[in-house]
Amino acid sequence: MKCIAIVPAYNEQGAIGGVVDEIFAFDPSYDVIVIDDASADGTSAEARDHGALVVRLPFNLGIGGAVQTGFRYAADHGYELAIRVDGDGQHDPSELRPLVETVSGGRADICVGSRFVGSEGYRSSRSRRIGIRILARTVSLLTGQRVTDTTSGFQVLNRKAIELFAADYPHDYPEVEAAVMLHKHRLRLAEVPVRMRERQVGQSSIRGVHTAYYMAKVMLAILIGALRRRATPLEDA
Amino acid sequence: MIAAGQTPLTVSLAASAASLLLLLIVFELIRSRRLRERYALLWLLTGLVLLALSAWRGGLNTIAGWLGVETYPPAVLFAVALLFVLAVLLHYATVLSRVSDQNVILAQRLALLELELSAPRTAKEPAAAAGPETTTQ
Repeated sequence: MKCIAIVPAYNEQGAIGGVVDEIFAFDPSYDVIVIDDASADGTSAEARDHGALVVRLPFNLGIGGAVQTGFRYAADHGYELAIRVDGDGQHDPSELRPLVETVSGGRADICVGSRFVGSEGYRSSRSRRIGIRILARTVSLLTGQRVTDTTSGFQVLNRKAIELFAADYPHDYPEVEAAVMLHKHRLRLAEVPVRMRERQVGQSSIRGVHTAYYMAKVMLAILIGALRRRATPLEDA
Repeated sequence: MIAAGQTPLTVSLAASAASLLLLLIVFELIRSRRLRERYALLWLLTGLVLLALSAWRGGLNTIAGWLGVETYPPAVLFAVALLFVLAVLLHYATVLSRVSDQNVILAQRLALLELELSAPRTAKEPAAAAGPETTTQ
């Protein structure tokens, strides 16, 4: 099976090499594509040195636009399975096995590594936990399926999910809206418990005053997304 | 019911002149290709409606009467002008959203094309040669 690892990275010079190495250590047959979201540091060169394909965006698109670039590449090149791993090293590729098996075994179209579904604790600030819980409840309500971690970017996708996201993927903070989109398109989502590491370098893109903006924007997006019938890819319009 | 107020003549003249000026500026911008027709339509409509309401004094007074604006009919002019400005702004917000979506797609396509051009495949090619590549357009 033709598999690809999609790694979005923004100013992750210090972490990206290790992430690429770990993916190859998990499965050397995978292609690894790093989407450099217009980093100011040596992220691209570092990723290339470690054997990854590198797509360098001409300007910063944000996580959604960056990840979608990877989905487009995967869709164009006939990949049947895609894994998504963040470039900051907080996802441990050695935990991918159960996620990959869930998707390749046909039990789901997309499998998300969740910090909350199992017993493994996840340390985080109180406000962030509450925010994540509110989003998870809303998504669970809208999709009629229990979803525990709507903000996890640690995912495995099959061809159907790759094609959907290549055609239409939410922009700023994509995972929450994507969960609703999947439901609309009748793709099956599963969650598997994972541990996530502390960030090695850098900070979450969601913090401080951004949290309020993030919550408002995402709630608006998922509520309207729930009313929307289908994805309407711009290019087909 | 109280009779509707009257629009002062000077107000009608000044408002008509301002509406005409707006129309002239919009026409000039289209003529010199600084404004595309599709984005000028709302502006032209704004200018025409405001000109009509300014010049047609009886009409403005009557409409003000309908709306219950009894003392100062030109207030209706402000309200109509404000509504049109809101419409134009909202229209621009949709245009801006579309342009930024297209911009994202362009950036993604450009970046993917650059990858195809610069490094067709890396040294990892043999491991991944499971099947023929589907060609992109």
